[in-house]
Amino acid sequence: MANETSSAAAAQSASALSAAAIARARRTVMVDKAATGVLGAIVVAICALLFSLIAYILVNGAGKLFDASFLAGKPEQFKEGGGIGPELFNSFYLLVLTLAISVPVALGGAIYLTEYAPKNKLTHFVKTAIEALSSLPSIVVGLFGFLFFVLQMGWSFSILSGAFALTMFNLPILVRVIQQAFEAIPDDQREGGLALGASRWETTIHVLLPAALPAIITGIILSAGRVFGEAAALIYTAGQSAPMLDFTCFDFSSASCPWNVFRPAETLAVHIWKINSEGVVPDLEAVSNGTAAVLMVCILAFNLLARFFGRLASKRMGA
Amino acid sequence: MARRPMPKKRIELIGRSVSGLCVTAIVLLVITLVFMVAQHGLATFFVDGISPLDFFCGTTWNPHQADANGNPTVGALPMIVGSFSVTLLSTLISLPFAIGSAIFVVEISPRFGRTVFQPVVELLVGIPSVVYGLIGLTVVVAWCRGWSNSTGFGIFAGSLVLAVMILPTITSLSIDALTAVPKAYREGAYGVGASRWQTIWHVVLRAAMPSLCTAVVLGMTRAFGEALAVQMVIGNAAQLPDGLFTPASTLTSVLTMGIGNEMMGTVYSDVLWSLALLLLVMSFVFISVIHFIERKGGLRVNG
Repeated sequence: MANETSSAAAAQSASALSAAAIARARRTVMVDKAATGVLGAIVVAICALLFSLIAYILVNGAGKLFDASFLAGKPEQFKEGGGIGPELFNSFYLLVLTLAISVPVALGGAIYLTEYAPKNKLTHFVKTAIEALSSLPSIVVGLFGFLFFVLQMGWSFSILSGAFALTMFNLPILVRVIQQAFEAIPDDQREGGLALGASRWETTIHVLLPAALPAIITGIILSAGRVFGEAAALIYTAGQSAPMLDFTCFDFSSASCPWNVFRPAETLAVHIWKINSEGVVPDLEAVSNGTAAVLMVCILAFNLLARFFGRLASKRMGA
Repeated sequence: MARRPMPKKRIELIGRSVSGLCVTAIVLLVITLVFMVAQHGLATFFVDGISPLDFFCGTTWNPHQADANGNPTVGALPMIVGSFSVTLLSTLISLPFAIGSAIFVVEISPRFGRTVFQPVVELLVGIPSVVYGLIGLTVVVAWCRGWSNSTGFGIFAGSLVLAVMILPTITSLSIDALTAVPKAYREGAYGVGASRWQTIWHVVLRAAMPSLCTAVVLGMTRAFGEALAVQMVIGNAAQLPDGLFTPASTLTSVLTMGIGNEMMGTVYSDVLWSLALLLLVMSFVFISVIHFIERKGGLRVNG
């Protein structure tokens, strides 16, 4: 009798236990499904955000995007119908100058850091300094540019000052991507070069650089996109005015000579910021939307280009 | 025969010196930057004789007006509070989205992550900050104005814009952090019967925690230093913010507005440089925090 009750109790508790276990397992599965759903919703939200951002910019600026008189026209301060001709040219000219200064320096720096630098305190300090530069707010870089290039060097608000400020902004990014490109190359290639009797420098230039080139180009183009859209580092270095350019003028001291590096040069990004903070242009919204659309199209183009070279790089690495 | 090694040595020497020179140039630039900003920033305290206490704790920012003692009123507390509020708030808004999406593309659908999500994040990084500012101005501020019974300008609008801007930074670094967790950890968890979510929550996130923290701090660094987008939507009133929807200002917004209007060497310009110095110091603090986390995290993995 006593035996019977205890075995019945045991059976009961066992079934209760399994019921609890089943309930818990069910809850686990439900929580898992719910979590998956929430995470999926977050991802969808981010993708939707990006597409609506880009669509918003392009749709709002579409009217101006294909308007030649806007793209090549003269900016107006108090009248409607201003264009962005000089700004568009300045943006590209500044970009080219910036890359012309920053790419060789970054390349040299990255080669030294990956191929030559001994592992010591000094190298550690150098790496920390570059990291510090990359984490600096771009407005601080711009202010330093104002202090050093504009005032100290006496270049005033000019393309040259702007290009150097952008170089400081761009250098740490470039050094990092180039370093990564070199580090991704297997050591066999270095040893192969050295074994053939090439010096370290020759190996770097003739073996490593060609192998790393697609990755480096991808990095350069991506950084070009960032430089192209940068404004904070430019408002106090390249200035906020865009004198109308005369492409027939080759007098390098004239402010209307496009190639003169000592003239002030407002870029597209700075233009958007300036007209919005002044707020005196009557067709402010149309002009800033149009400028933003042009800027965005350029950035998208840079991105596609980088993607193309990136694919090339992964193909070559695979081969 | 005897002449052949010589040019090689010379090539080597030239290559080495040229590349070394590049590194030196970069480092010299950084040192010059820190030195010059510090020199001008510290002039406020050492040349103009403004007490650091007044600067850091004063709540009235009006550098063109003297107070009762004849000192300019340069309390920077409103901007300091503004900067920290937008940084913290934007990180809070951004964090669940960033980590959540990182988990999705690493743990649930890596293929989708590589082909769709990664490009989306890269594009988000690429959108210039003035464009974010412009959208903030025309969409976010207008939206806030619609339901908050205010001008719409303020810390909330600033944080919302910043949240979108730092989202890709935190997301892509979180993706790296989660990818770096060894597969064996997950297999171990599945082996003892954990569900996917249990594995993520108890094992993967735990293991990736130090790197995730680094990702968040880097996002905060970006938020703290962002200038134009914030300046366009925060309202630029140098007063202690008493709500999320009242115009406020940050260190960067005051700098953006102020520097060009002032002669170098005046008290006002010196004070602005002190704000710049504060930004510089804060970005060094953020870097140190990252290094600290990495050291701690490294210890945990090794121990």
